[in-house]
Amino acid sequence: MKLWKSLFIGCSLVAVSAGLAFADNGDTLKDVQAKGFIQVGVNGDLFGFGKADQKGVWKGLDVDTARAIAVAVFGEYKDRLRYTPLTAKTRFTALQSKEIDVLTRNCTQTLGRDTSLGLDFVQVNYYDGQGFMVPKALGVKSAKELGGATVCVLPGTTTEQNAADFFRSNNMEWKTVTIENTAELSQAFWAGRCDVLTSDASQLAGLRASAPKPEDYTILPEIISKEPLAPAVRHGDNQWKDIVNYSVLAMINAEELGITSANVDEMLKSKDPKIQRFLGVSPGNGAALGIDEKFAYNIIKQVGNYSEVFERNVGVNTPLGIERGLNALWTDGGLMYSPPFK
Amino acid sequence: MAETTQIEEIKPPVTDVGVIGWLRQHLFNGLFNSIATILILGFLIKLIPQFIQWAFIDSVWFTSGQECHQAAGACWSVITQNIRFTIFGYFPYEHQWRPLVAMIILVGMLVYSREWNRWNKRLGYAWIFALLVMGLLMKGGLFGLVPVESTKWSGLPLTLLLSFFGILASYPLGVVLALGRQSQMPIIKSLCVVYIEMIRGVPLITMLFMSSVMFPLFLPEGVTIDKVLRAQAAIILFTAAYIAEVVRGGLQAMDRGQYEAAESLGLNYFQMMRMIILPQALKIVIPPTVGILISAFKDTSLVVIIALYDILNTTKSILSEPEWTGFSTEAYIFIAMIYYVCCFSMSKYSRRIEKQLEYKHTPNQE
Amino acid sequence: MSSEQNSNAKTYFWNDEKTRAILYQIVTAAFVAFIGYYLISNVQTNMEKQSIASGFGFIEKEAAFEIGESLIEYSAADTYGRALLVGVLNTLKVSLIGMILTTILGTFIGVCTLSTNWLISKIGTMYVELFQNIPVLLQLFFFYALFYEIFPAPRQALNPITGVFITNRGIDFPVPASDPVWGYIGLAFVAACIVIWLVRRWAVKRQERSGQQFPTFWVGLGILLGLPLLTWIVNGAPTEMDVPVLKGFNFQGGRNISPEFSALLIGLVLYTASFIAQIVRAGIQSISHGQTEAAMSIGLKPGLVLKLVIFPQALRVIVPPLTSQLLNLTKNSSLAVAIGFPDFVQVAGTTINQTGQAVEGVAMMMVVYLTFSLLTSAFMNWYNKKIKIVER
Repeated sequence: MKLWKSLFIGCSLVAVSAGLAFADNGDTLKDVQAKGFIQVGVNGDLFGFGKADQKGVWKGLDVDTARAIAVAVFGEYKDRLRYTPLTAKTRFTALQSKEIDVLTRNCTQTLGRDTSLGLDFVQVNYYDGQGFMVPKALGVKSAKELGGATVCVLPGTTTEQNAADFFRSNNMEWKTVTIENTAELSQAFWAGRCDVLTSDASQLAGLRASAPKPEDYTILPEIISKEPLAPAVRHGDNQWKDIVNYSVLAMINAEELGITSANVDEMLKSKDPKIQRFLGVSPGNGAALGIDEKFAYNIIKQVGNYSEVFERNVGVNTPLGIERGLNALWTDGGLMYSPPFK
Repeated sequence: MAETTQIEEIKPPVTDVGVIGWLRQHLFNGLFNSIATILILGFLIKLIPQFIQWAFIDSVWFTSGQECHQAAGACWSVITQNIRFTIFGYFPYEHQWRPLVAMIILVGMLVYSREWNRWNKRLGYAWIFALLVMGLLMKGGLFGLVPVESTKWSGLPLTLLLSFFGILASYPLGVVLALGRQSQMPIIKSLCVVYIEMIRGVPLITMLFMSSVMFPLFLPEGVTIDKVLRAQAAIILFTAAYIAEVVRGGLQAMDRGQYEAAESLGLNYFQMMRMIILPQALKIVIPPTVGILISAFKDTSLVVIIALYDILNTTKSILSEPEWTGFSTEAYIFIAMIYYVCCFSMSKYSRRIEKQLEYKHTPNQE
Repeated sequence: MSSEQNSNAKTYFWNDEKTRAILYQIVTAAFVAFIGYYLISNVQTNMEKQSIASGFGFIEKEAAFEIGESLIEYSAADTYGRALLVGVLNTLKVSLIGMILTTILGTFIGVCTLSTNWLISKIGTMYVELFQNIPVLLQLFFFYALFYEIFPAPRQALNPITGVFITNRGIDFPVPASDPVWGYIGLAFVAACIVIWLVRRWAVKRQERSGQQFPTFWVGLGILLGLPLLTWIVNGAPTEMDVPVLKGFNFQGGRNISPEFSALLIGLVLYTASFIAQIVRAGIQSISHGQTEAAMSIGLKPGLVLKLVIFPQALRVIVPPLTSQLLNLTKNSSLAVAIGFPDFVQVAGTTINQTGQAVEGVAMMMVVYLTFSLLTSAFMNWYNKKIKIVER
């Protein structure tokens, strides 16, 4: 009896100690540095943004954003990131409860979330909008022709509302099929359970890339909402928020300055004071953030600038085939704009 | 005398023995049964060749997804080509031998423990050792094993882990709850009743939601509990309530005399329960308990809904890849077979132990 | 502990059984209260510190999302409260229909496993073994995938009977066009049920008194069909039907049973029926064989033996575990969330998604299912008592 008792107690102790983690007070940077890695919340099912391949290697725009943050903090990202795949339901609780340190899971920034969910959004890493995908065989050219259609809705907080608003304001009848699991829903859509699939346009492109026959589907021109997707951190930890924010901005600023992972070493010799400050040749930025002076150099060297990250994960030469559009630099008619690094 | 021999020599009519007799007795006894037999046979004759054609003759086994789409029959390639991901999920590819060894140890220990008379102290230590080795293999971090965080535990090892510890921990908790419910102390009794009835009144999925979206907020600032462990806790708390109800049935079935006899021997409550009541009561309820444990095993599949990658979810993940969409029937049949084999062996296992326990209590053994 | 037993010279207060019991209870209660207080205070601090919204105020707000199928009028302009009500009704719908079907199927299979026909009993046993040992969630996924992978798109709809269309959007079938007559027929149907009940009571009394039998079943069937039919003819026998027609993307008109609902219903019914079959089988086996022989010897046919002698007795054994299985079915209907049927858990889940108020959402789920459970067990307790009194 005693034996079994000790066996039981032993097991439970092992189990609890294996799973319990104590984080320090509100200082995420110190926590992260103490434990040696960043716990990051990602999508897990979304090709092009956050999905692991069969060997467990994570890829995507959101994943690269997380890598940039890890590089800023540790100078490298290998073995410095641990990923937690999250559903739409669990993502905010995971951040609130400190299960994760930063959330890069294609989350739309809204006023409601910023204020009532105890989190802060940083620089947008992808400007998105909600769209519709239909099989080409239906011959639909515009979302206005979708009256009476059955619509598969990927649940998120905003997609369902936007779709409802759109059909309501255009006085069209519709039927919804809503399934929480992206994989299950997209399978149902490929099989013809619904006429239309609606979600963020980037997500649609990602799903189309994973369709059995991607050429059979088309994304309609109408974009019915604004979806600025941004990484999020907990409310009230300003230093951590700054680090995450400027890690994202560093990639954008690098593109503005024409620095790429290929030429960043040459750029170290540049005489341009903007570049010198940015790459940490003339110090100041790193100390202000409380991290390595060369954080921007490291990010560009190891992850790349925004253009490289974009083209690698979702750009026209990937299965997703997304144009820069709103995500081009402001100089090219897009919205990507970085404040000066000084 | 001569007459008797004559009678013995008369054989039963040929329609009552042998194949024909068996058929008459078991398939064609009466008009209704004959009609039913013919209908069912006709149905089976139509169906079985079709199934064999689909599953074996026209099927493909080791091809790519593209070739599968051309095949007329079943595409078992969806399993064979993805078997490592289905079984081990996101566990680092080059380290997948570790969960494999852990699973082999677990199965080996279970097979060895199937004989009741082998249950002694040494086996207990062996189990402790085996569990530690398995934990080490899964988690790594010592002896040059690369650490693997629990978010990467997936596939069959995760299913087995959740069910094994779910069963192991919920059983004692369930017994304690059952004793509490039978207790004379009103406060303890009502607490146990409330707990048991509340848990039994809600679906497991709400418990899992609670563990995944609500529970983190209940912890003090800065303390987090791993996602897998939270799901594990939910499964344990859930299963314990059901076990408690079953054990209560056993306690109620005990003869009042057993309690009185134990008390008259001067045993206190704990001694009485441990030495007299529980050994008998728990034995009576082995069959329903096993039913609950099998349910617990099947219910671990619900963690799909909170985005843990158990074996059902790794399968779904394969099915969402463009190459393999549309072969869900084959993949689900495979997973169903795994679950079936596990559940079936669990019930066989329990029946074996039950039999051995019965034997142990024959008078000459006492 | 054993030393306490021996020290009988002087009784310390902690050795007094009653005092100790009270002590234990106080300690336990304090412990539970402390844990409860601790957890709740944690929630409060966490929420305040991170300014997370709380409370049930959102119930009054506009839901702004659409629900696939609903028993009541609902649109995205309605409140969260109404959306949740739609979810509750959908859960009730699938549970009630599921309970009825699974009881029938389970009983049938249970009787089959005891059949003297080897083939039937083997198939019955195989069914039970198979469906019991496969997780219900897997079965749901399987049936759902089967539905949308096998059946054609609306434009190539299967049309087995005129007006009925089977597609991967479900089954569309015609219903009578709206007319007040159908309301009257419904009333006539209810009236017929009452009349049959009265007739049966009278017939039983007469049989007890005089031994004469009355063909209750046939007369009952006649009344059940005849009364509504009469109402229909008297009111001018309207035959106009609301037939589904392919318009645009989908069939319009008629009624639709969605694949999500069908997959959920079929999965739940097949799974639960395997458990009920076992219960029914055990119930019938619990009746001693002497009962069957006695019934046979007074000349009852096998069907009547089952109906008049075995079942009424077996029911007492069957009903309690049956209750818990039917409750399980209700609870398992929450798995609808995995295949997209808008049951309560799904709607509450969307609500959590939109408002971010996880604590309130999960609490509501628990309360609703607890209510279902309590109501079901209350009903079954009442039924149990009733059977016992009748049987005596």
